[in-house]
Amino acid sequence: MTLRLEAVAKEVEGRTHIHPTTLTLERGSLNLLLGPTLAGKTTIMRLMAGLDQPSSGRIFYDGVDVTGRRVQDRRVAMVYQQFINYPTLTVFENIASPLRLQGLPRKAIRAKVEAAAELVKLTPQLNRRPSELSGGQQQRTALARALVKDAELILLDEPLANLDYKLREELRAEIPRLFTESGAIFVYATTEPHEALLLGGNTATLWKGQVTQFGSTPEVYRQPRDAITARLFSDPPMNFIGFDKRDGEALFEDGQPVPVVGGLPALPDGAYRAGFRANHLTLRKPEGTALSFAAEVAITELTGSESFVHLDHGANRWIALQAGLHAPQAGQRVEVFLRPEHLYLFHDDGRLAATAAYAAAA
Amino acid sequence: MDKPVNHRAWFMVMPVVILVAFSAVIPLMTVVNYSIQDTFGNNQFFWAGLEWFEQILSSERFHNALLRQFVFSFIILAIEVPLGILVALSMPKRGWTVSLCLVVMALPLLIPWNVVGTIWQIFGRVDIGLLGAALNELGIGYNYTQNWLDAWITVIVMDVWHWTSLVALLCYAGLVSIPEAHYHAARIDSASRWKVFRYIELPKMNRVLLIAILLRFMDSFMIYTEPFVVTGGGPGNSTTFFSIDLVKMAIGQFDLGPAAAFSLIYFLIILLLSWVFYTVMTNVGVELPRREKES
Amino acid sequence: MAKITLSNLAHSYLTDPQGPGDYALKRIDHTWEDGKAYALLGPSGCGKTTLLNIISGLLTPSEGRVLFGERDITRLSTEERNIAQVFQFPVVYDTMTLFDNLAFPLRNRGVAKARVRERVETVARMLDLTGSMKRKARGLTADAKQKISLGRGMVREDVAAILFDEPLTAIDPQLKWELRTQLKSLHRTFGHTMIYVTHDQTEALTFADEVAVMYEGEVVQIGAPEDLFERPRHTFVGYFIGSPGMNLLPARVAGSEAHLGGTRLALGRRYGQVSGGRIEIGIRPEFVALGNDGGNDGEGLPVTVTRIEDVGRHRIVRTDFQGREINAIVNEGQPLSEQMMSGQMTRVRFDPHSIKVYADGWLIEGKSV
Repeated sequence: MTLRLEAVAKEVEGRTHIHPTTLTLERGSLNLLLGPTLAGKTTIMRLMAGLDQPSSGRIFYDGVDVTGRRVQDRRVAMVYQQFINYPTLTVFENIASPLRLQGLPRKAIRAKVEAAAELVKLTPQLNRRPSELSGGQQQRTALARALVKDAELILLDEPLANLDYKLREELRAEIPRLFTESGAIFVYATTEPHEALLLGGNTATLWKGQVTQFGSTPEVYRQPRDAITARLFSDPPMNFIGFDKRDGEALFEDGQPVPVVGGLPALPDGAYRAGFRANHLTLRKPEGTALSFAAEVAITELTGSESFVHLDHGANRWIALQAGLHAPQAGQRVEVFLRPEHLYLFHDDGRLAATAAYAAAA
Repeated sequence: MDKPVNHRAWFMVMPVVILVAFSAVIPLMTVVNYSIQDTFGNNQFFWAGLEWFEQILSSERFHNALLRQFVFSFIILAIEVPLGILVALSMPKRGWTVSLCLVVMALPLLIPWNVVGTIWQIFGRVDIGLLGAALNELGIGYNYTQNWLDAWITVIVMDVWHWTSLVALLCYAGLVSIPEAHYHAARIDSASRWKVFRYIELPKMNRVLLIAILLRFMDSFMIYTEPFVVTGGGPGNSTTFFSIDLVKMAIGQFDLGPAAAFSLIYFLIILLLSWVFYTVMTNVGVELPRREKES
Repeated sequence: MAKITLSNLAHSYLTDPQGPGDYALKRIDHTWEDGKAYALLGPSGCGKTTLLNIISGLLTPSEGRVLFGERDITRLSTEERNIAQVFQFPVVYDTMTLFDNLAFPLRNRGVAKARVRERVETVARMLDLTGSMKRKARGLTADAKQKISLGRGMVREDVAAILFDEPLTAIDPQLKWELRTQLKSLHRTFGHTMIYVTHDQTEALTFADEVAVMYEGEVVQIGAPEDLFERPRHTFVGYFIGSPGMNLLPARVAGSEAHLGGTRLALGRRYGQVSGGRIEIGIRPEFVALGNDGGNDGEGLPVTVTRIEDVGRHRIVRTDFQGREINAIVNEGQPLSEQMMSGQMTRVRFDPHSIKVYADGWLIEGKSV
């Protein structure tokens, strides 16, 4: 089935929680809602599920208008950040609970629960109670319950946020596999760009109740349509530098000319911003042409295999992500390099003026 | 397409509307009816206008009862609120003693009003009551049927005994919601016991405390059964609170008109006070964070 | 400020522990130097919180002692220990202003008014809080509240150590960068000894001069971030640090060669005859190269590609080797062969000097060739 939101908006007490949003989600697809806390991820999910009614706009399941329909009549499953299971029931009964409500015969229930448990690797724990499980196993139980329900729409609201870093990594690798096998529409909310990239699928970036862009995850990452999306989808945050174009000549804040990259000559005179990601800013001079900036090291963070060098360039704070260990002293003046094809150009109001050449080629 | 759903919703509400109409609106209108008419019996009524209201509002009897009522409610709050907080603070937070405490605290709340009254009526009797007899044996002249101060003390102690645990339980609910980390942080910051109370415990109890104050105020303002059973409003009129006075007027003297006007005034006072409390409470509520995390 | 000595420290929640399995914290003997930043890293249940609680005074260890400088504080109460702590969820005094929040620990200790103002202003400036010092703390966002908790820890000059208990849990990723760097510059400015507990490797590695990796109540390795990355002493460290973690493959090792299911791999060091229970070789995905020659009998292990994840700055290529997962990291811009996709056969080659050998989980050093 397809899920279609048509100009869906939500207002509460005169405050806009969700701006009019139009989205089409296809059967069997994994869709990510990426945005910070309070961007409206949960609100959109509640609207999709029918837990809340939109203030305006329509919601269609397979072309059928379901806007006023109750959540009970919609075949929706939801998994939350908190591990929500029935504490007195065994894992088996927890997973079986939606099937019992549907009144399936015993045998069918057993078969379905066992298959789901196999999928989420809970077979040895089927007779335990949630309190005897680790956090990861508790969340697997909730996932299995959502899967077994045979829902058309499965909503996952930051399901890994309460788990350890490593457990998150493991479950994250498994989730896409679970999804392709079930065929439902999956919607997955996350605050982490890294998580969105690992999961793949499609991404809708959310900022203050507004979907700023929707498309395949790598595409939204490499070809953001505005500065907000670019910033939302960069971890470390995207670096920016302002530039002015006057009489056909473009100069950065620090006075050096902006390299002529695709689209720049066609831009009208005015104020612009150039953005580039941390991994494209290097301390070593790359092969070929490269821009060079003088900057002062503010602080360096090492992860063992990579270095995050925080730099001050004028009033701008930048981060350069380097493979290997580089630990320049704080206060040291360094030269950093950037290849022109990694520059995104934005209008002063944030709209994209010219996408980075490397991304357009990809 | 959601229009028919709305119409059905009205049908669902109808029983409640009818119920409220019979249980509240119609009796209330009867009272309004009485309050503006006079009767000499035989179901004959005469228009009296606002006469009864003027009479009540200017009568010394009404003023005295009102004053008595406010003094009583104030004393009740002044004792029960701090005492309730103190009890809540000294209750254990974990272990089997928690349930024991909760059960003991809940016991007085489960006893019907008139039984509480009877218990204290007997408890305080000079001839056979444990309290009354014992005090007199000790040489303390105590007699709630003759001394107005003794009567007041008895009624107040009875109310404190009956209702302090409500305040305590509400405060306790606020206290247990405070994460352990807050106490730990305060210890690290070398905060004194008073500061822990002032800056951690009290802000957390704020809301429940307001509810407790509202409940206790309204309840004590409408108190009837217990003092009626114990003292019957005496000695003299010394413990004749608002509702006792009202009943005396309506049933004892059968002054239906003034009694009706009295009840309406009583009702309006309570409505006004509720509104004041509600405003205060919601204003405090506004300051609270809306949502810590979207959920 | 002082160095912290953990002397033969161990803890069991049982009154009469029998075997090592009964200990929530197994014996640890270590010194943390004055003024440095340390991290305790491990999954939940590894004993890191137990250790933190022992240092902060919430828990008395069943064995051993804790010393701040030369002073034995094992049995002292939290107040007497002279520490500060930042918790997982921000602890602020809601009804106080930001200024009063920061001043609270100083005022409670009777610090002079002028000095309080000076310290609070310094810390507030470093945390970018100066604009809003007069507003109440109630209703602030999680990151602002956590900044205040952080500031309350920093405001005292005389604390022996500042403890952090997963302080960035409730913070959005974009803001984590800001808080982390502020924390680091605060550390550089004030020079407090800091101990940071987390399950997040990025936080631990970027924050600390030295990281202690804990696993099932035991400290399995203490070292600088690059040690943990390049020379994991235990397979758990290899797995836990790095994303994805180290590839681990059961093998037979003899001399400077490893044998895996019929394939020979050259090793960077000589090991002699390694015997013992479980022998594994470990290699980080960063040091795994993908061969382009799909079917040929070239060098390296024959594998099947199962999935490719594009993480932006690099791609993670997940492959299967005889039922075992081998991951490789390919940088952005570095081309993947055209046909490289799921189900594709290819070969992976390992940099011999980056291969580590483990027996029963522990690293075997070997001799240089």
